[in-house]
This record gives sequence, C-alpha cells and structure tokens, in this order.
Amino acid sequence: MFAFIIRRILQFIPTVIGISFIMFVLLNVLPGSAALMTGGKEILSPEIVKKLEKKWGLDKPFHVRYLNYMVGLAKGDLGTSFIRGDKVRDIIGNRLWPTLKLAVAALAIACFIGIPLGFYSAVKQGTWVDTVTMVGAVSGVSMPQFWSALLLMYLFSVVLRWLPTFGYGNGDLKNLILPAVTLGIGYMALLARTTRAAVVEVLSQDYIRTAHAKGLSVLFINGKHVFRNTMVLILTTIGMQFGSLMGETVVVETVFSWPGIGSLMVDSIFLRDTPVTQGCIMLIIFVFMSVNLSVDILYSVVDPRIRYD
Amino acid sequence: MTELSNRTKRPLLEVDHLHTSFHTFDGVVKAVNDVSFAMNTRETLGIVGESGSGKSVTALSIMRLLKSPPARIEKGRILFDSIDLLEISMSRMRDIRGNRISMIFQEPMTSLNPLFSVGNQMSEMFVRHQGLTRREAWNRSVEMLEKVQIPSPGKRAREFPHHMSGGMRQRVMIAMALACDPEILIADEPTTALDVTIQAQVVDLMMKLRKDYGAAILMITHDLGVIAEIARRVIVMYAGQVVEEADVISIFEEPRHPYTRSLLKSIPKLGDASTHGRKRLQEIKGIVPSLADLPAGCHFYPRCPHADPICRQGEIALEEPAVGHRVRCIRHAGL
Ligand SMILES: Nc1ncnc2c1ncn2[C@@H]1O[C@H](COP(=O)(O)OP(=O)(O)OP(=O)(O)O)[C@@H](O)[C@H]1O
Ligand SMILES: [Mg+2]
Repeated sequence: MFAFIIRRILQFIPTVIGISFIMFVLLNVLPGSAALMTGGKEILSPEIVKKLEKKWGLDKPFHVRYLNYMVGLAKGDLGTSFIRGDKVRDIIGNRLWPTLKLAVAALAIACFIGIPLGFYSAVKQGTWVDTVTMVGAVSGVSMPQFWSALLLMYLFSVVLRWLPTFGYGNGDLKNLILPAVTLGIGYMALLARTTRAAVVEVLSQDYIRTAHAKGLSVLFINGKHVFRNTMVLILTTIGMQFGSLMGETVVVETVFSWPGIGSLMVDSIFLRDTPVTQGCIMLIIFVFMSVNLSVDILYSVVDPRIRYD
Repeated sequence: MTELSNRTKRPLLEVDHLHTSFHTFDGVVKAVNDVSFAMNTRETLGIVGESGSGKSVTALSIMRLLKSPPARIEKGRILFDSIDLLEISMSRMRDIRGNRISMIFQEPMTSLNPLFSVGNQMSEMFVRHQGLTRREAWNRSVEMLEKVQIPSPGKRAREFPHHMSGGMRQRVMIAMALACDPEILIADEPTTALDVTIQAQVVDLMMKLRKDYGAAILMITHDLGVIAEIARRVIVMYAGQVVEEADVISIFEEPRHPYTRSLLKSIPKLGDASTHGRKRLQEIKGIVPSLADLPAGCHFYPRCPHADPICRQGEIALEEPAVGHRVRCIRHAGL
C-alpha cells in the first residue's frame, strides 16, 4: 500500500511535465504581452516594452524559458508575477483558502443532498418522488452555471434580499451560500443520477436477495449491503467530478467576484501575467491528481477485492 | 401432548393451489399454475423439471422473495405450521425467513456480498434472529463453518467471498442457512453451478447435515441422480404445473406421466452402455410451451408421444391412481 502511494506520487511527475509543456505552448501563442498591459490606458514606448520583456526573461527563446520554468518548479518556485512583482507562490497562497472553502462546500452540498436523493429515488423507483427527483436532476445537470448563478442572485439577493449578490465579505457564511450552491448544483444533480443508477443495479444483485432470504430488515439491508456496494460504484464519479469542479470555480468565482484561484486565473490571463496563470493551472492539476489518488486509496478501503501491492 | 400429536399429523408445509404469474409487457407469464404439495417434518422432498418449469418461482413464492411488480401471487395458500405465509405481514415474514425457513440459491458465486467478510455475513443471522452480540455471533459463525467442513474456519471467517471457490461459497451458504436451525431448508439447485466432484461433496454434506439438524429439505434440481440419492418423495413439474408426484422408487420404476418417462429416458444409465454398446440417449422433442400462451388442456400435449385430441379438451386434473402417487394425465391408465 505504501509502495503504491509512493509509486502513484512519482507518476505525478511525467503528468506535470506533459501538462506544463502544453500549457507553456498555449500561453506562448496567446497574442499580446504583459509589458503592454502594465501601462493601463497609456501606450508604452517600444523601448520600455523591450526593457520590461528583458527584465522578465521574455526575450529568451521558448525552450530556454521552458527549461528555466521547470527548473524553478523542481525547486518549488513558481516564479514571480510580472504585474505585481510578488512571488506567485504567495499570491496563490492568499487565494487558496477561499477556493478550497468554496469547493468543499459545493462538494458537501452535492454529497449530502445528491447521494441521499438518488438513493431514495432508487428505493422508491417509479413513484412520483422518483420522477420529480430525476426531472430535477436532469435539469440541474443541463443548466449552465452562469445562468443558475444569475437566477439565484436574482431570487435571493435582488428579490428577497436575503443574501449578498457577490463578494467574499469577511468570509461570512452568507457570502458563501450562493457561490457554493451554484458550483454544487450540477455536481449534486449528477451524483443523484449516478447514485440512483448504482442503487438500482445493486438492488438487482443476487446477494441482496440472499440478504432478504436471511430475514434482515429493509433498513438494515439498504444501510449496510446496498449502501456499501453503491459507494464502490459512485466513488469514481465523486472523484472525477471534484476535479472538474476545481476547473468550474473559474466561472463561478468570476460571476460572484470570489477572491479565489479561479478568478485569479481569469484576471491573470487578461493581464498576460503568465507566471500567475501557470501557477493556478499547476495548482488545479495538483488538486485533480491528489483527489484521484485519494479515491484510489479509498477504493482499497471500501472494496476488499482491490489490493495494491 | 395433544398439541404435539396434532403437529405431527399436519404437514409442516402445505402449498395449496399456488398460482404465481409475472405481469410483463409481453403479457401475463403464468410461471406457476396450480401447484399443490405438502411436506412433513424432517422430510426431504425433491422437485425436478426442465429449465423454466417454475421450480424457482415456486420456492421464491414460499419465501415471498419475488419482486412485485412484476410478480404476483394470484391465488393459493402456503401454510407453514398453520401460518398462511401469504397472509402475514412482511415483518412477520422476515422473522420466519432465515430463522424457520432458509433458502440457498443456485449461484454461489454471486450470492454473497463481495464487500463483507464471510464471518460478518454469517454473523448477521445470529444477531438478527437470536439477538447475540457480534462477538458471540462471530464465534457461532466459525463453529458453523467447521460444521460444513471448511478447513481452518477461524481464518476462513475473516476472508472475503472472492477468496473462495464456488464449492466453498456454497458451503458457506449452507452453513448460513442452517445457522438458526430452521425447520425447512429450501435448496434451489445448490449443485448446478459446481464441478461434478464438488457436486457430490455438497450433496453428501447436505445428507450428513440433514441428520444432524433434522431440517426438512425441499431439494430443487434438474438432476435426477441427486434426487435419487437424497429425496424420498419427488414432484415432477412441467410448464408451471405438478405433473406427477410419487415416492422416488415409484418415479424411477413405474413413472406414469409421459413427461416423466421421457425425462427418465433422457438420462444415461450405466447398464445400458455395457449391454447394448452405445445407445443413444433420447431427447424430449420440441420445446417447453410459452408460459404466456399455454395450450388448452394438457401443457405437455405438443411434445407428447401419446397425444390424443381428448388431451386438449379442458384442464387436466391431478388424479391419484395409487396411494401417494398422483399424476396429471387422462390417458395414464392406458399407457
Ligand atoms: N422476473 C420474471 N419476469 C418474467 N418472467 C419470469 C421472471 N422470473 C421467472 N420468469 C419465468 O417463469 C418461468 C419459470 O421460471 P423458474 O425460474 O421458476 O424456472 P426453473 O424451473 O427454476 O428453471 P431453472 O432450472 O432454469 O432454474 C420461466 O419461464 C421464466 O421465464
Ligand atoms: Mg431455477
């Protein structure tokens, strides 16, 4: 098990190299330059632009810059922001907590509402509860986030005036609610559907018939035998979707002016502040890989048929 | 005392004109069509019949394990120790299941939950029906594994189903079924999915345990060899009906229903091969009729070598030409 974890962490390295290369190429072909953006409305003279580009190392050829970046990365150095002059590591560090808070809140909403909902509707297959839940789940999956964000804002902030429209506040819970719901709603709907399908499958298994033949109660069977087997089937979805969720923070944080990694990334792209953009992407990749690794480890805990050695 | 003598007189289990169907999109599948039989305490009753003849559905009806919809028990009574199992509440039924009537299934590979250890799954029986603590239940489970001749039971109890072979898992199922010392054990083709050598071991084990535990066994199989070995009385089912019922010897020596006769001709006999050289086994021509669209009259009519137009006129009743020998054929006397 320990060897497995080490091996998997070592596998992160080629993934990081590959992704950083693609990222580097893409950011390189992006038109415009940070030097031009620093002036704001003013148009900087070509000499100043040249000077700035030299200072940031942008005058060097592509492969040299890539190598320098990778060497820095190996030392844990993500570089320095062009625009602000601060260390990228520190900038990201300041933005990390709001994003984590948002992502975890969305995950909690999705898991604690989506999974029970899917479970319940599978057990009540064919009743109106099932139908309503599944219609809701399908519309939840298909609603674009900027759209549900606007609807929620309109209802809860503009009409009802219960919650703030946007912003982080002082990290208050009431500021967190709308962004977290927006981010979690699609995930929740997806989990509800996946859970329902998984439970329906598990219920038709022979071992569930055995459990009934043993005289166990429905509650016990659902809570023990059905639940555990369902978890095995939906764990992958939970993990994969948490990864996508990190990516989706870009939209939600921007709509709600949430001071997290997602909005930082969007801002840095507009400012052509490539070191910051790269840092944000690397972080999201890292979270994605770590979540997948945790899911794999969790599998070996839930399912005795899976052994890593 | 009087109560005891009453008990011994009444059969332990009485299935009385059971009709079970499946309401599917393609119509009503009459899987069990007027099945009646009785079983005494400690008796071993065999049910034989081709695939699809309604054996499992009969067993699952007794256990009330059929999912409804699509299944529906249309008519009939199932009396167990004077309780009508079809009338009582589901929670009372759950008190009986596993405790007084147990069942083991055809598919040992999939009948155990892959995520829990064998000991854990066995313990549930003791916790549920005897109120033991988990610790005590575990110890009893290990004892049960020993009873079904599983080597190093203490270690095996901690293992998961995927560590075990099919034969081993079926032993676990048997151990689990007998855990609460049930009055009836329903065994639905317990050996069909196993290798031949393992089959014999499992049958031997069941015969041994029958002595120790004294449970009545309803042995469902399409293997007449198993029936000959283990059962005293046999029911032959065809297309959802009981077509013949008799003690094992009569079934083998003087089968009366044409279907039973064809069934017996379709099994190889050792003697035949040695005296007549290679003799071809007879297959039963034709196929089982669709249960959604049964022929009028005798269900076996389309395949019967002795079919006669009168066989199609109305339902055929189960007659009793000799004591304890019932047959559903109007022409049996003339054959
Ligand atoms: N869920 C179901 N829906 C529709 N028809 C069913 C269902 N379950 C069983 N049947 C039908 O009931 C009939 C009897 O099935 P049953 O399982 O009792 O046969 P069997 O005698 O046990 O055969 P086998 O030897 O293959 O186990 C079959 O024709 C089958 O198609
Ligand atoms: Mg069957």
